[in-house]
Amino acid sequence: MEKRKEIFPFGIPGHNLSEIEREIPNDEPPAWPVNDQLKEVGKRVNRIDARAKVTGEAKYTSDMKLSGMLYAKFLRSNIPHGSITSIDTSEAEKVPGVHGIHIITKNKEDGMVGNEYPEIKYVGQPIAGVAAESLSIAKDAVAMIKIEYDPKSFVIDLEEAMLPDAPLVFKEPIQRQEDGGDVGVVHDGSKGQGNLRGPTTSSFYGGPRGDLEKGFAEADVMVENTYRTQVHTHMPLETHGVVIDWKPEEMLVYASTQNTAGVRNELANYFELPKSQVRVICDFMGGGFGAKHSAGSFGPMAAILSKKTKRPVWLMIDRKEEHLAEGNRPSSIQTLKIGAKRDGTLTAIQQKSHGTAGVALGAGVGRIAQILYDCPNFKTEQYDVLTHAGPGAAWRAPGNVQGAFGVEQAIDELAEKLKMDPLALRDKIDKSEVRKVERSRGAELFGWSNRKPAGSASGIIKKGMGVAQSCWPRFVTLNSSIEVRILNDGSVEVRGSVQDIGTGTKTILAQVVAEELGLKTTDITVRIGDTLFPDGPGSGGSVVTQSITPPARNAAYEAKMKLFNQIATKWETEASKLEAVDGFIIHKDDRSKKIPFKEALRGMRTSQISVTASRSNDYGGFQQPWGLAYGDLGSVQFAEVSVNTNTGFVKVDRVVAAHSCGRPLNMSQLESQVNGGVIQGISYALYENRVMDKGTGHFMNANVDQYKVPYSMEIPEIEVIIVEEYGALSSTDAYGIGEPANIATAVAIANAVYNAIGVRIYEIPITPASILKALNKIYE
Amino acid sequence: MKKLASGKSKKSISRRGFIRGAGLTTAGTVVLNSGVLAFEHKESYPKGDLIAEGAVEIKMKVNGLSRTLSVEPRTTLADALRDQLDMTGTKIVCDRGSCSACTVYLDGKPINSCMTMALDVGQQEVTTIEGISSGEKLHPVQEAFIEHDATQCGYCTPGMVMSCVHLLKHNSNPTLDDVKHATRGNLCRCGTYPHVFKATLSAAEKMK
Repeated sequence: MEKRKEIFPFGIPGHNLSEIEREIPNDEPPAWPVNDQLKEVGKRVNRIDARAKVTGEAKYTSDMKLSGMLYAKFLRSNIPHGSITSIDTSEAEKVPGVHGIHIITKNKEDGMVGNEYPEIKYVGQPIAGVAAESLSIAKDAVAMIKIEYDPKSFVIDLEEAMLPDAPLVFKEPIQRQEDGGDVGVVHDGSKGQGNLRGPTTSSFYGGPRGDLEKGFAEADVMVENTYRTQVHTHMPLETHGVVIDWKPEEMLVYASTQNTAGVRNELANYFELPKSQVRVICDFMGGGFGAKHSAGSFGPMAAILSKKTKRPVWLMIDRKEEHLAEGNRPSSIQTLKIGAKRDGTLTAIQQKSHGTAGVALGAGVGRIAQILYDCPNFKTEQYDVLTHAGPGAAWRAPGNVQGAFGVEQAIDELAEKLKMDPLALRDKIDKSEVRKVERSRGAELFGWSNRKPAGSASGIIKKGMGVAQSCWPRFVTLNSSIEVRILNDGSVEVRGSVQDIGTGTKTILAQVVAEELGLKTTDITVRIGDTLFPDGPGSGGSVVTQSITPPARNAAYEAKMKLFNQIATKWETEASKLEAVDGFIIHKDDRSKKIPFKEALRGMRTSQISVTASRSNDYGGFQQPWGLAYGDLGSVQFAEVSVNTNTGFVKVDRVVAAHSCGRPLNMSQLESQVNGGVIQGISYALYENRVMDKGTGHFMNANVDQYKVPYSMEIPEIEVIIVEEYGALSSTDAYGIGEPANIATAVAIANAVYNAIGVRIYEIPITPASILKALNKIYE
Repeated sequence: MKKLASGKSKKSISRRGFIRGAGLTTAGTVVLNSGVLAFEHKESYPKGDLIAEGAVEIKMKVNGLSRTLSVEPRTTLADALRDQLDMTGTKIVCDRGSCSACTVYLDGKPINSCMTMALDVGQQEVTTIEGISSGEKLHPVQEAFIEHDATQCGYCTPGMVMSCVHLLKHNSNPTLDDVKHATRGNLCRCGTYPHVFKATLSAAEKMK
């Protein structure tokens, strides 16, 4: 591919902004200047689909109503472990309005021991599905299916599951990617014994480093503690589900998903159909947070019922099923040992963790301990513990949120032992330039200098301040394409399979294309979330922005150049002499020569110009060739809390969140996402907890009223700082912010609680009971 | 034993009552395990008059129009709006009155439509999210939601808008605490609350 050289902005405005020369592919557009000099990109542009949302016109998968559609309902297991001895559907079949019943049987890979029904391994495991003329009828029929079980002993508690005589979840070695979704990590379930699988000792950043013993021998101070995090569920407001119409020529799927192309691939693979005959659509999607990447069991179930009944089938699971079976963030029990020299230099980090993702794998604690700080000697062992509970799934920054809860408290404890300010210690050991800027800008806005020594606050309600940092890799999905069409009335359409899960993907695509074509964001029609169009990335791991906005700009640029070529011929000049600005195409040398964009295509031979483009590797190359970019998506978050030492009640008063994501594309949407990450972090720190009954194996608070989350009254003042950072890495140089927004909050709160009361809490959720226990105000 | 059906106002029969009975197995286990409640508790419902079997046809005034629906006694207002009238702006999230995604007005008063039986609506006028704008012209709260980016996934948005529009109708000069109070039952999992607060306060300013 031919290349040319371009000068790009490089660095952080207001700190170290400079320029850098890069070689870029010839068909990619020239460098954009910094955001100050752009018109649509980096601005507070209104979300282009907001009107549909505020009027209730937006149609989600759950709102779909196709002609002749049936409603389906799952029957799920009521026991945590055992085998099914018989299923009797005869009564259910007689219910008027029931059109189809499907019982799930074993796959070949399950092995053919016993009868055809898969073994039950958790309460809520799907067993059968019923399709009927209404949801009420389907529910009635499900209630009439008779099941007989041969129950077996089970284990729910992580620590009990590790005991030698614990009931086994899987007798055989397992190797599955149902993995808590940690991006780029294959969880090896074949290693280990009993319910204890692993350990994972390396990541794509490599394995252990240096010599741990030597490192600890060199240390002047040491911190060693155990940190615990709970299992919590995603609870997206729209549950998992699909509406499927399987016709002979095509399987049409409406899915509430974070990955239309992925669901298309799964269903095509499962039913051995060509990908061209499965179409997945997700126009509006009611939240996923990592749990909605797959077709799950609801996809195949709805498809089979649709095939059986020859009618479209609606299958959205209910709130309880959502909690039981469609994902959770695994728990963790992490032991961390960190050694440092007197001046703060880290000498060794040792991490050991156990966590449970129920019947799935993926309870690792991420890469925070491995890469956040400079340390020559490092070792980690991360174990999965299988239990008879619903499977975990990726949950916003999988692994790193749990990992940060340990590491960033340990660093806080280390600072105290070294008699250093926690920010000063981080200045010493964190090599990231952008986090340095985030620390300084964040500290100033937050008023960090007013922080008092731990436990020194007087009165019943004690205030405290805490800080924590995060990092998240910059992943790029190279299989990402976008089509841009310019029609002969000057209208512009952007098409792709990439979906907008509420983060604002539709809007940033419109902004990027508008900027390139000299138009307004509102001039651009965005049709995405449909596998009829070119494949885009799944919305997970904060990959979307860096994966899909460069293809969008590249496609718009190529389409524009095609248009310029046609106009240049007419004007007897060269395409390079033209530019598109403010709705006009203008001759650069003779600015009186111009034509409105809307008229540019008139009289052309074809009525549209259409270009599909993808993106090249990062201009400076990748850290790893599969799409791991240089740098990271770091943040620094500050929290102020009030702790009532009589009631144990903790209230978060204020959070300052300083973040970076390369070139920011839409300031208000970025603020929304950071607000959301912070609020979910508050929820993780103080409220949420999956409560399992060890006696029955049932999830006791699988609803909205008993599953505690913050509502409006618990929302603190949140101030967001977005630090612009130019890396000259792609045609937009922009990155996502979804994961980093959620990583540091809970541990910043834990550090603030310590600062308030002078006693450290090593386990979340931090409840009134845990505060009172820490203050020795209750006795067990 | 016919007093529930005939003696009391129909409006007071909430779905919560039915759910309390249905959910007892679960709730009972929690309580028994913690050793607080050590006796068996059985709820018995008085039998009401049989009005009709299966679905019945009713008329309902929705957003100013009289609509005909066919509902069963167990059909909630939320289900009726969504399934029968295709008014899917009203969302069902928790289906037990704890998230306010299904908020509609009955005679101008916000209620959870998942906790209201369609048969109990009677002559009361229903206003849904689809009835908040006047034609193409959005309500100032809706406009402010757009301007201040008060939507993420958007699934809680209709309920949020209903709560905030109702607040401004009765309080033209709200404080931040008033807005928080008005939306205290609205669950937003994406965490869009700060922008909802900003938008509502800004709409109040513009409506002055």
